[in-house]
Amino acid sequence: MEESPGQVRSDWPLYEVFLRGKRGLNHVHVGSLHAADPEMALHHARDLYTRRNEGVSIWVVAAKDITASSPDEKDPFFAPSGDKAYRHPTFYEIPDDVPHI
Amino acid sequence: MAALPEEMQGDLQTHFDQTLERGRRIEPRDWVPEAYRATMIRQIAQHAHSEIIGMQPEGNWITRAPSLRRKAILIAKVQDEAGHGMYLYSAAETLGADRADLTDKLIRGRQKYSSIFNYPTLTYADVGVIGWLVDGAAICNQVPLCRSSYGPYGRAMVRICKEESFHQRQGYELLMTMMRGTAAQRAMVQDATNRFWWPSLMMFGPPDDQSPNTAQSMAWGIKRHTNDELRQRFVDMTVPQAEKLGVTLPDEDLKWNTEREHYDFGAVDWTEFMAVVRGNGPCNAQRIARRKAAHDEGAWVREAASAHAAKRGGSGGSSPPEPALRAALRQDAA
Repeated sequence: MEESPGQVRSDWPLYEVFLRGKRGLNHVHVGSLHAADPEMALHHARDLYTRRNEGVSIWVVAAKDITASSPDEKDPFFAPSGDKAYRHPTFYEIPDDVPHI
Repeated sequence: MAALPEEMQGDLQTHFDQTLERGRRIEPRDWVPEAYRATMIRQIAQHAHSEIIGMQPEGNWITRAPSLRRKAILIAKVQDEAGHGMYLYSAAETLGADRADLTDKLIRGRQKYSSIFNYPTLTYADVGVIGWLVDGAAICNQVPLCRSSYGPYGRAMVRICKEESFHQRQGYELLMTMMRGTAAQRAMVQDATNRFWWPSLMMFGPPDDQSPNTAQSMAWGIKRHTNDELRQRFVDMTVPQAEKLGVTLPDEDLKWNTEREHYDFGAVDWTEFMAVVRGNGPCNAQRIARRKAAHDEGAWVREAASAHAAKRGGSGGSSPPEPALRAALRQDAA
């Protein structure tokens, strides 16, 4: 925890912040912040991301605990869904005069 | 970033170029050219530092606000500036920057902040004029940045722009109130306007023909309009506001040009601008000294919080300074 003179050190880990804007909505990622522990992260998240009633519920998650896919949307990781047009309703030709479908 | 085989680098560059051509956003952990990363970090950091240093000129007046209402408003505004700085540092970190390192660079004068905050706030009218002109200019600059090609920066700007509107309006309302007051109060508003008008025009940066990085920044979608375009837009927006307020903008050359359908305005003193940028403005040393003192005086709080977290078995003191996301970023490129 020792700070060498003039040298800025950050030992507080990074937390990612998720907000539920209002009841009925999912939590959505809004940004990140540094805090000593999860409880402080929650308080900081309240002060930083909900100064104008932007949220009714907050999640904070240590960034190091997040496992993420590769960012590239063309990544082969997402290939399994790329060639399955038959999973979409528009894949199927139905005559216009068939009602309610 | 780990070195990549040349042909793979070419693919990544093509993919990056195509993403921009299609008007899509660059997101954290996408491969980007090193120059894009460095420019983006510098831009975001400079913006973040401006928000943090920007707390000082107005914070100067919190204890002397003329009413409880004005005091509550000013505290909320200064708190917003801190928040804006935090959103932006958070965005810079997604590019692999380290927040402590950015603070260190600010304190050591190795990264810059907007030169406007190196001017002193001499009277309470300055609080109003900063909201009106300085935040007005900031809004002009920032609204197009909501469409920045770098996703996290654009999203931070959306949040910031929503809050800036309050900043500008509280300032203008404050000035309207003073203009309805005594002759002395009206003179204070005029004096503050005289002092802040030209520095506000300088906020848009040097003229286009002296701004060599503009072309690259526009190609990358991290700048959407040139400095001169934004400056003109600001002047056009502000002149009618000044008229309505009843103050005179200190520029004899300011007049409507029917041909251009814009206001013409006088030459900005760029030597003053360069002097302030180089560190010779009225308050440069004071601003940095204050920031450093705040950081040093907060050291025991940071240490105590970490010790408390460690004692309770949290990850506070012991976690690696290098977040996993950043490590993953490097693995992606490997």
